[in-house]
Amino acid sequence: MARRAIREYDAKRLLARYLPDYLPGFSYPGKIVLVEADTDWDRLAADHPWLLTDRLVVKPDQLFGKRGKHGLLGLNLDFAGAKAWIGARMHKEVTVGKTTDKLSVFMIEPFVPHDQDDEMFIAIRTEREQDVIYFSLQGGIDIEENWDSVVQIPVPVLGSIENVDIAGHLPEFEGKDAAVAFIAALYKFFIDLAFTYLEINPVALVHSTVIPLDFVGQVDDTAAFEAGRKWGELPFPPAFGMHRSLEEAYIRSLDEKGGSSLKLTVLNPQGRVWPMIAGGGASVIYADTVTDLGFAEELACYGEYSGNPTTDETREYARTLLDLMTRRPDPQGRPKFLLIGGGIANFTDVAKTFTGIVDALREYKTRMQENNVHIYVRRGGPNYQEGLALMRKLGEELGVPIEVYGPETHMTRIVKMALEER
Amino acid sequence: MSKPDYLLFDRSTTAIVFGMQTAAIQRMLDFDHLCRRQTPSVAAIVNPTGAPGFHRPFFGSREVMIPIYTTLAEAAAAHPEADVMVNFASFRSAFASTMEALALPSIRTVAVIAEGVPERQSRIMAAKARELGKVIIGPATVGGLAAGAFKIGNTGGPPDNIVEAKLHRPGSVGYVGKSGGLTNETFNIVARNADGVYEGIAIGGDAYPGSRLIDHLLRYEANPAIKMLVCLGELGGNEEYAIVDALKDGRITKPLVIWVTGTCAKVFPTGVQFGHAGAKAGGAAETADAKNAALRAAGAIVPDSFDTFGDKIHEVYEKLVAEGKITPIEAPTPPPMPMDYAAAVRQGLIRKPTNFISTISDDRGEELTYHKMPITEVIEREMGVGGVIGLLWFQRELPEYARRFIELALVITADHGPAVSAAHNAIVAARAGKDLISSLVSGLLTIGPRFGGAIDDAARTFKRAFDQGLTPAQFVDDMKARGVLIPGIGHRVKSVQNPDMRVTIVKEFAKRHFTATPLLDFALDVEKITTSKRNNLILNVDGCIGICLVDMLSSCEFTPAEINDVVQLGYFNGLFVLGRSIGVMGHYFDQVRLKQPLYRHPWDDILYQ
Repeated sequence: MARRAIREYDAKRLLARYLPDYLPGFSYPGKIVLVEADTDWDRLAADHPWLLTDRLVVKPDQLFGKRGKHGLLGLNLDFAGAKAWIGARMHKEVTVGKTTDKLSVFMIEPFVPHDQDDEMFIAIRTEREQDVIYFSLQGGIDIEENWDSVVQIPVPVLGSIENVDIAGHLPEFEGKDAAVAFIAALYKFFIDLAFTYLEINPVALVHSTVIPLDFVGQVDDTAAFEAGRKWGELPFPPAFGMHRSLEEAYIRSLDEKGGSSLKLTVLNPQGRVWPMIAGGGASVIYADTVTDLGFAEELACYGEYSGNPTTDETREYARTLLDLMTRRPDPQGRPKFLLIGGGIANFTDVAKTFTGIVDALREYKTRMQENNVHIYVRRGGPNYQEGLALMRKLGEELGVPIEVYGPETHMTRIVKMALEER
Repeated sequence: MSKPDYLLFDRSTTAIVFGMQTAAIQRMLDFDHLCRRQTPSVAAIVNPTGAPGFHRPFFGSREVMIPIYTTLAEAAAAHPEADVMVNFASFRSAFASTMEALALPSIRTVAVIAEGVPERQSRIMAAKARELGKVIIGPATVGGLAAGAFKIGNTGGPPDNIVEAKLHRPGSVGYVGKSGGLTNETFNIVARNADGVYEGIAIGGDAYPGSRLIDHLLRYEANPAIKMLVCLGELGGNEEYAIVDALKDGRITKPLVIWVTGTCAKVFPTGVQFGHAGAKAGGAAETADAKNAALRAAGAIVPDSFDTFGDKIHEVYEKLVAEGKITPIEAPTPPPMPMDYAAAVRQGLIRKPTNFISTISDDRGEELTYHKMPITEVIEREMGVGGVIGLLWFQRELPEYARRFIELALVITADHGPAVSAAHNAIVAARAGKDLISSLVSGLLTIGPRFGGAIDDAARTFKRAFDQGLTPAQFVDDMKARGVLIPGIGHRVKSVQNPDMRVTIVKEFAKRHFTATPLLDFALDVEKITTSKRNNLILNVDGCIGICLVDMLSSCEFTPAEINDVVQLGYFNGLFVLGRSIGVMGHYFDQVRLKQPLYRHPWDDILYQ
């Protein structure tokens, strides 16, 4: 993991908290609240009295944009109106682009009337050798159509914003000085809070007050050890339309606990090809090969274990996968394929990781028989002979067909073998 | 001795390893041995959290001493010839140590192993390296190697794989990819389908690796020893388009077999994060399919899937051999690789007699055991100190009453005031400024035949008489005839009329809980005789405990032989030592807390002659 999208609520919360550090004299009051299904409205109003006095804007905050175009923007409402607006949409399914999901998280902030002409577009993006600040005086949802108006201000990665002539890049306009100061401050905010992407579109500067109307942000979660203190409680919600099953959540919790890596995404529980692959790179190639050979619809999951996981970790990983795999036999009685694959490890102990997998296979012996599971193994690396011997020995007692290969066999050949068997 | 720009490593390259990674260092030296290098490739180790000194890995079958420094600056100053740093610093400190290394004139290449280095830090490191004309490999990588010359850390796996993948001598193929695991896999593929790699680098799976695929491919292009290029790309980013450009504008002319992984992404829902941080397509051009197509169009040799990657490599190799551009080489036989003792034992290849034996506890498993009982069970079942003594001393689970009786004995023997020899000695030692252990030991050293030995002696003496079938009267007469005081009989102040309450408690406990108390009954009959002679010749507390312990063992179904062992080996004395240690330490703490000065015995208390 590295780049993680954050909620608009959190992006604005951070801006409100830290912008004054970089831009004295400017204010962004940061009046904003998040509403979920279990939010206590009375308590919310008591904690944020402005909700009862200000005119309000309401919108979902679930990592998707273009809410106005989808009719998901409640403007100029009073508190009762905001409550009714959210009440009418909470738990309702909506389709955004190709993705359909339920609405569950909303944000409310004051409705700030301003002149459309004041709406600017500011974004910051990272590239390998520089950051690029994008600016336009024609902010708003049609920025793509007005891309000609966008100026790009590069900041070299070893450079400093102090040495960049921001003003020189911008056209002349009323309030330019304030915009230049705001851009410089926003860039420092971007760096110090470990953002990897930021887009405020539109944003208005009115009498030294920042009015960010829409804010998209992504941070680098690997920088948590540096920026985490400033972030405070910063959730990384799953993408709109993406839900983690219990099993996926469990593997994720194992992944976050240890130093090794464990990943699992279920793609199609009815699929008959279940890869259980060691290695971040190899796991992609196994999934590729299934796809390239034309069996994408049979690919049940994507996942990987790597970084020398313990026997316990691979046992739990294998149990989770085997449980999902053997819930019900293929309706047409066709075999299912478990691909215990991987490249030639550099330092992961194959015998140790296989010991955990073998334990799980033993535990699921009956269910694998009921589900007509065929197993293919291919692996190399430290103690691989021992690991492969464990698998071969298991084959004798398992009553499930199992074929075991080492480095002498091409890594993905077992995919072909399985799919040709079908 | 400067190397050409395209060459990062040769057979004389040495490295500074940052971090006490002993396994990786051993792997590097094992590789050196297989390559028949003259000197180890690790010049020095930097261990910022340790002490300076030496590490002793094996170089072949003998150990070598590799100096350990606490700072990189010292290591670099002492080893100016080492131009590589293998950086095992964690993701928290990888940035600072890498930047420090880049600033050192002697360091030319830094391999950053850590996974999870923040993007901005990676970008700054990369930009800095570029500015200084240096090379960063990583972060989030296993590293890479130059076959037959130099290897970074764990690259290439164990020694058998090094030989299997022909990494102990150079081939003609330059490889670069992102994934560490796949690098080793590709070494294998290249060895089976061509003559092996000349050099192979894993740049790491992050979005902004310190050096890029194209950087290494261009080095390989410039290296006359490399005849063909092999590369594994990945979805996400636009790295591979730099390769497309180089193919198009003629900067790459050697045949390039390349496959971009991640073709499965098109059938995945959005939001699935692959194993690598950088593996995420941000747009149509970043997909694997688009990159593979662009590379193919630019003249690269792109298979239809990874499954035929090796076949393509083989075709190109055969063609180069046919054209006479590659002359197949005969692989030198590597020297035998000494096996590690631990590995040999695990595989059952060697054995050796042990020097020690232990039966009471085991710390090797998941949980510490006291005589096979896991420590959590000891606590959950409230075995107590008595139960622990049962497990560790007697190798059995004692019944609850026996555990309580042992604890009773410990409580009773814990202290007997400051005047007895153990306490006195400890007090004098404490006042002389000695530490806890010295004071405790000086007290315990007084325990012997005259002080504290009565428990053992009484148990032995009474048991012997009882086992011989003597009557109490015969026993008393026998002792008298030999002129020996009966151990366990007699008290300085206590008497029949003024009984010792401790003795009463011990007796009553034994009577109530033990299945039988034959030796105690015998001793009480002896006491009747002795007290009829003199009022204070009672069964004293030491005697009572020793005798009751013998009855306790019988009650717990110890065999007569086991009971004899217990009595002869001094277990009961052990109980006294254990119990009394509580009191002796109490006296030590008491004196120290009260800041008592050095004790000097008064002259007038000594008879000078």
